[in-house]
Amino acid sequence: MRNAFCAAMINLQAKRDILFLTGDLGFMALEPLQAAMGGRFINAGVAEQNMVSVAAGAASQGLQCWTYSIAPFIYGRPFEQIRNDVCLHDVDVKMVANGGGYGYGVMGATHHAIEDYGVMCALQNMRVHVPAFADDLAPIVGRMEADPHPAYLRLGRCEKPKDFALPDYAPWRCLLPGGQGVLVVVGPGAGGLLAQMATRAEADRPALWVSTELPFRADALPVDLLSAIAASGAVFVLEEHVANGGAGQMLALLLMQHGVHPRHFGHFHAKGYLSGRYGSQAFHRVENGIDPASVLSEIAARMMA
Amino acid sequence: MASAKTLAANRVQVSAVAARKRLLRMHFDSKVGHIGGNLSALDAMLHLHADVMIDDDLFVLSKGHSAGALYISLWASGRLDETELASFHQDGTRLAGHPIAGWHAGIRFATGSLGHGLGLASGVALAKRLKAEAGTVYCLLSDGECQEGSIWEGVIFARHQNLANLVILVDANGQQGFGSTTEVASLEPLADKFRGFGLAVAEIDGHSVAALDGALATRGDGPLVVVLRTVKGRGVSFMENRMEWHYLPLTQALLDQALAELGPSA
Repeated sequence: MRNAFCAAMINLQAKRDILFLTGDLGFMALEPLQAAMGGRFINAGVAEQNMVSVAAGAASQGLQCWTYSIAPFIYGRPFEQIRNDVCLHDVDVKMVANGGGYGYGVMGATHHAIEDYGVMCALQNMRVHVPAFADDLAPIVGRMEADPHPAYLRLGRCEKPKDFALPDYAPWRCLLPGGQGVLVVVGPGAGGLLAQMATRAEADRPALWVSTELPFRADALPVDLLSAIAASGAVFVLEEHVANGGAGQMLALLLMQHGVHPRHFGHFHAKGYLSGRYGSQAFHRVENGIDPASVLSEIAARMMA
Repeated sequence: MASAKTLAANRVQVSAVAARKRLLRMHFDSKVGHIGGNLSALDAMLHLHADVMIDDDLFVLSKGHSAGALYISLWASGRLDETELASFHQDGTRLAGHPIAGWHAGIRFATGSLGHGLGLASGVALAKRLKAEAGTVYCLLSDGECQEGSIWEGVIFARHQNLANLVILVDANGQQGFGSTTEVASLEPLADKFRGFGLAVAEIDGHSVAALDGALATRGDGPLVVVLRTVKGRGVSFMENRMEWHYLPLTQALLDQALAELGPSA
């Protein structure tokens, strides 16, 4: 998704004056943006706290600022700067986080971000964007640019099957109809599911929805989604994020507020490091039961029970 | 230093002594501490607001616990009225114990957690330069605050970006929350630390407006650091250089003594 993000930013900086700050990351990805922006692209060094404060200060002067780093270094290290300098002042600063979830795989736990958007969603004035596909980046960057408030963008690796035609972008999209309840996915894990689900008969799979903006807004839940959950009596949520503060908890609350009470509610989420061993993103997904095969198998079992 | 655009064009004629007395009364009325660090910073803050800063300038109070001195400086320079000042630290106030933002042009940022102001000030200075806007950004730190790592991240950035429109002032009163700076985590010689990062540094008597004017006149093509050697609790004998006056509120008897020591306001 980094290349798609870079392309979207090149388009954005061509139409309005922005400032881009990176915490010394972006090698082999952001060079075209750096070349396009010149002095508006600043490598702020390995100093994320200062980078976010600088962005907040510059934004207070009317300059939209985008900050960039690996996910844990842009949401965790400068957390107080995000809370105080960005969110309390409600300034137009975007935090761009590469490698959400277990994206950095065997690089180790310090490089993972499985608690990030729950933390960000707790902050005032903050919107979180979690693209599912590289194609989402252009519309999401556009939405972030148009909303002059703090935002957090969690990038991952696009896993969309090449031959799958996505519907037009929207924060909520139904990708596939299905007969085994409704599966709501946050993040690029939707791509792997598509690859396995598209060849199944509709009756043998859940309907697949993706959502890309958090926290969920009660008035933004699609009627079709609520109807499908009510009709099937089953909803499942998949996310590469811990349960606390995650999309599963948000959706459960909103369903109760909407008076929708499905018989089945399943939450597939990150649990941490169960074996104490490390590997690829795929390894951690399997260990946490959030890989496509495990999720679909568990849903089928629950629906047959 | 004064010009037609001086922020204090509507300044009420408030002497440094009168400002000190008003600050003490304000803290007494509200039963609020943090007096020592307010008195150490007040002379420089008052002079900047009343005599130095012009319309395009901005003051960032990184040592947010000196909010009282900021409010008094705004009041003394005609930018905060008496009614607002009287609400200090009361329910429903906009004058909290640490600055809150979004309501007064002279209070751009909410501060209080130490180590934030320099980055914020650098961001404003950077944006001003990128947008070809005039004005100087003045940022006041405390010496204890310089123990925060983010300060040195900010120093590296300000120096590397050559933010010539940034002036970093340090209220070096030698005291911090639970001891003296030399006892707790000494950074002395503090001025050399900043020089070591390549910054121009002036080290002055922080209670002398003439010395401050002289230091500001040395500004060059990068950020300037002014280490203000100050006295915590300046002007009140029982507060001077006493760490406890970081916290203690005044009693009526102590207020009376302090006001008497300060002498006539004119």
